[in-house]
Amino acid sequence: MAKYLLLKHYRGAPAAVNDVPMEQWTQEEISAHVKYMNDFAARLEGTGEFVDGQALAPEGMFVRYDGEGRPPVTDGPFAETKDLIAGWMVIDVDSHERAIELAGELSAAPGAGGKPIHEWLEVRPFLGAHPTITE
Amino acid sequence: MVDEVLLRSLTPSVLAVLVRRGADFAAAEDAVQEALVDAVRVWPADPPRDPKGWLVTVAWRRFLDATRADAARRRREELVDEEPAPGPAPAVDDTLQLYFLCAHPSLTPSSAVALTLRAVGGLTTRQIAEAYLVPEATMAQRISRAKRTVSGVRFDRPGDVATVLRVLYLVFNEGYSGDVDLATEAIRLTRQLAVAIDHPEVVGLLALMLLHHARRAARTAPDGSLVRLAEQDRSRWDTGLIAEGVEILQAALARDRLGEFQTQAAIAALHADAPTAEETDWVQIVEWYDELARLTDSPVVRLNRAVAVGEADGPRAGLAALAALDDSLPRHAAVAAYLHERDGDLATAARLYAEAAHKAPNLAERDHLTRQAARLNARRGR
Repeated sequence: MAKYLLLKHYRGAPAAVNDVPMEQWTQEEISAHVKYMNDFAARLEGTGEFVDGQALAPEGMFVRYDGEGRPPVTDGPFAETKDLIAGWMVIDVDSHERAIELAGELSAAPGAGGKPIHEWLEVRPFLGAHPTITE
Repeated sequence: MVDEVLLRSLTPSVLAVLVRRGADFAAAEDAVQEALVDAVRVWPADPPRDPKGWLVTVAWRRFLDATRADAARRRREELVDEEPAPGPAPAVDDTLQLYFLCAHPSLTPSSAVALTLRAVGGLTTRQIAEAYLVPEATMAQRISRAKRTVSGVRFDRPGDVATVLRVLYLVFNEGYSGDVDLATEAIRLTRQLAVAIDHPEVVGLLALMLLHHARRAARTAPDGSLVRLAEQDRSRWDTGLIAEGVEILQAALARDRLGEFQTQAAIAALHADAPTAEETDWVQIVEWYDELARLTDSPVVRLNRAVAVGEADGPRAGLAALAALDDSLPRHAAVAAYLHERDGDLATAARLYAEAAHKAPNLAERDHLTRQAARLNARRGR
């Protein structure tokens, strides 16, 4: 019973094995990819392990406080930030091994040529609740 | 207002009646849930004289409706419409059977927890989902899968109490939040189990829960940060719960069938018994940890033992005990930091507290360890 974030990067992760950008795929390949992702989420809901899945727009900006009475300062969007998050899935699983297993399956989503992308996904455990009994 | 705890306490016996009448577990469980919802709606204006009888009647009707609505299940309908066979009295208590079923070894821990809270605890899927911070649809699937997993399990065979205790321990120890207090719920379910079966480890676990629950108010500061056992305001400990926990534990220990939970409870009782942290009987606590290490062979227990050794025989002895353990263990750095601080090596302690904070498995602990590092760094800086 632990939550994990499966993080998908636009940039910043090591290169995938089947590293062809999506805009060069065929229509059918894109449809197959989208279907795989939807089916994966539905299957995890079926196993009682799905918590959340979201995609992010690539364009964002940095914002910071600029002192009392002033509007926040904004910067960006930056075209070439090193690390760019594409989206995530949050799962609630019984073990670390299960989180790895599911990330592996998600990484097998089909890409160009209908072959698995072998995309690198970042797996991050959530900080959980503090247990009552510790001593 | 309906007394929801009373209502929920009737859940397992009502469910057991349906199963004994021949209803399959999954459908019976759904029907009981619906009856509980009906009760919350109907009882305030029209309280029944016999609450359990009312629930059985309504749940049975719900079950028959659901079965009849499903034409594909016609055969089962014929089966359940027959009068239940007057068999011999059940050898094992019905409520106990439900605990066994919901903690069946074929279930994963999270499924067993969810199923226990619903079928034995009478909580709704939404309440369980909120407590564990997952969507209601996900929790509904987790529960229905769990029900399918145990659908072939015979209801009249005794199960293993140890698996039930592990599930209840998880509910108590790793419960999150929501409108249901899972610690209190775990205590209620363990009490109910203790009525259904006479077993020293069941009451051992109950004592353990009560003794830890007694410290609840003192365990966090008003800002939500953790307060270490040694620094807790002991006047805020619940003396009633402590007295009850100690009494239950003593009765269990007198039976001379020691187990893991009784041993953990004995350690908690020794802490509860000390008027101040300085007066803690660490020598006896070390002995109980030795016992616990023998019973469980858990590296986490040896880590806690090293802390106790550090208190009983001094920090050097604690560090020596720690040296024998794998430093990749969770909380190893935190224990090392504490022992080095006690030994006066503040630089090492500060470094280890920061390292421990980095590895902390939860936010409260991380904040606590970061504060410890910061406290030592500030002292050294002066």
